[in-house]
Amino acid sequence: MTETFDRRKYLRNIRMPFCAGCGAYTVTDVFLKAVHELGYENLKKFVFCSGIGCSAWIPSPHFLADSIHTLHGRSIPVATGIKLVRPEVNVVVFGGDGDIVGIGLSHFIHAARRNLDILVIMVNNMVYGMTGGQVAPTTPLGTRTTTTPYGSFEHPLDAAGLAVAAGASYAARWTTVNINELKESMKEALQTHGFRFIEVVSQCPTAYGRRAGFNDAGEMLKWFKENTVPVEEARKTDETKRPPKIVIGEFVKRQRPTLAETVKTTLEEARREVED
Amino acid sequence: MASRTRFWQGNEACAEGAVTAGCRFFAGYPITPSTEIAEHLSKRLPQVDGMAIQMEDELASIGAIIGASWGGAKSMTATSGPGFSLMQEGIGYAFMTETPCAIVDVQRAGPSTGQATKCGQGDIMQARWGTHGDYSAIVLSPNSVQEMFELTIKAFNLSEEYRTPVILLADEIIAHMREQIILPDPQALKIVSRRRPKPGEKAFFGSEKVPPMPSIGDGLNVVVTGSTHDEYGIRATADPTVHKQLVERLNGKIQNHVEEIEDFESYNVDDCRIGIVSCGCTSRTVYDAVESTRKNGLKVGYVRPRTVWPFPAAIVRRMADTAKSIIVPEMNLKQLYYEVERVANGKTSVTSLNKIGGGELITPEELVTKIAQVENEK
Repeated sequence: MTETFDRRKYLRNIRMPFCAGCGAYTVTDVFLKAVHELGYENLKKFVFCSGIGCSAWIPSPHFLADSIHTLHGRSIPVATGIKLVRPEVNVVVFGGDGDIVGIGLSHFIHAARRNLDILVIMVNNMVYGMTGGQVAPTTPLGTRTTTTPYGSFEHPLDAAGLAVAAGASYAARWTTVNINELKESMKEALQTHGFRFIEVVSQCPTAYGRRAGFNDAGEMLKWFKENTVPVEEARKTDETKRPPKIVIGEFVKRQRPTLAETVKTTLEEARREVED
Repeated sequence: MASRTRFWQGNEACAEGAVTAGCRFFAGYPITPSTEIAEHLSKRLPQVDGMAIQMEDELASIGAIIGASWGGAKSMTATSGPGFSLMQEGIGYAFMTETPCAIVDVQRAGPSTGQATKCGQGDIMQARWGTHGDYSAIVLSPNSVQEMFELTIKAFNLSEEYRTPVILLADEIIAHMREQIILPDPQALKIVSRRRPKPGEKAFFGSEKVPPMPSIGDGLNVVVTGSTHDEYGIRATADPTVHKQLVERLNGKIQNHVEEIEDFESYNVDDCRIGIVSCGCTSRTVYDAVESTRKNGLKVGYVRPRTVWPFPAAIVRRMADTAKSIIVPEMNLKQLYYEVERVANGKTSVTSLNKIGGGELITPEELVTKIAQVENEK
């Protein structure tokens, strides 16, 4: 790299709204570093799309780029419309776990199934943070939140695993502790095609941590550090026989025709048939 | 010269109208009685370098057409009552973000699944008030296959001109019937496209009546949000002035331009003893009933809103000045009636004639009987 990293060139001069210690700052910084290291001088080749929730505010209005801040859960459908009419732009979706795999889950599965050529970065803070800390589809079993005052009685969703099953070209999960891995993973995803999904397990000390027994962001990061297991290792063990841990790593990396490619080949074939 | 006469189904005419208007992106979810629109556009759009995609639900469909519109394509979805209900949040978003797009609602008998294959006119108020918040709607009501074609073009034109979602409120009868249509002379067709920003123009949500619309993906650093925003699209979620200015301007685009937007067909308004206001399939009954009562020497007039919303109030007010009574026949349990009653404002009596169930039209005989009944009242 010839230039030093200056995040300000990618950002509007608008203060980010996140709480002290929020993982969204880390995700923002790591993403911009990945973009910088790939040699992008600005974000003009990108379109950012987000829904509702804290992480939806990462790109909008902060990234100096085109961004569209949509309805709760509907960032992926809007991204679908954009990508289908503007195949040349890099569409990146930012969203929280509630947005992407709660209210918007069906779109997530279908976009992966179609292998829509977009990158989805899901900041999984395991809670509905913006509304003050309600249980999410990703909240670990037993966790106290404002709507599970006796502890959550639901099993959490494995979003990265689901992305694999649904057909994503790329799926990975990291925590906000694994900064280098996360950055390299983002670079990998930004340079490949198809439906790419990166889940970042992130700390929300305000709405999650303080009810779940963590005094501050640091304690949550320590928890992440001590409770992760690489996906390769996790696959060798029976998950019912090991303590629940955050499985990290690249879950899948594969080449499948993207939606744009299958649209093109299908229509070309149809045209040939007409001509014959 | 090739003939411009066609024998088309209403939904087919709608789809062809969309292609003619410049629609190049369609996203939808199958639902009776609108599905033929999706089927026809799936075949037609790729032939004109466009694209149609079947989404996983109506929430995704409205989302995808909003995204495509911001990508620069004229876009459309089509649905019926249940799907239209699901799209309401997206319609509000399109209104707030000034996203042109066309939404076709082919009405069927509700509520809920109701009678899925049978006609109804129960979405007239939903089309006006379905989304939350302070909202104004442009809603067009076709009553023939010809108008399924023409009003679809008009829906796109108004949508592009005013940068707002426009609803084509069709119904099962008009959508599924086949009749002759004569395609307009392509030279005489008016096709409107959104105004693009000039170099340096940045107030994409600015104070003028309809600000210019950029595409995202062009590197102009466009910020789009459904939250209250300033003229540059930057969120202002706590500033009362910004909210008031924005929401008043968005509503004003429609409410202050009713004269330019409103469209209706009328007959004998200034010299009628009995007036009739109706739209969609029901209005075809009115033609017959007016004809037969006229033969009996009764002065009957009618107004048929092509824009149900904004409602053509001035002409109906004029009718209320002369008519002894206004009858509002509709295939629901009173919807258009309330607007007519509001506009008549006590100047004349307003009576409804309602029929629901089985998709059965109000017959000319039923309307003639109603007219006689109203005429014979004191």
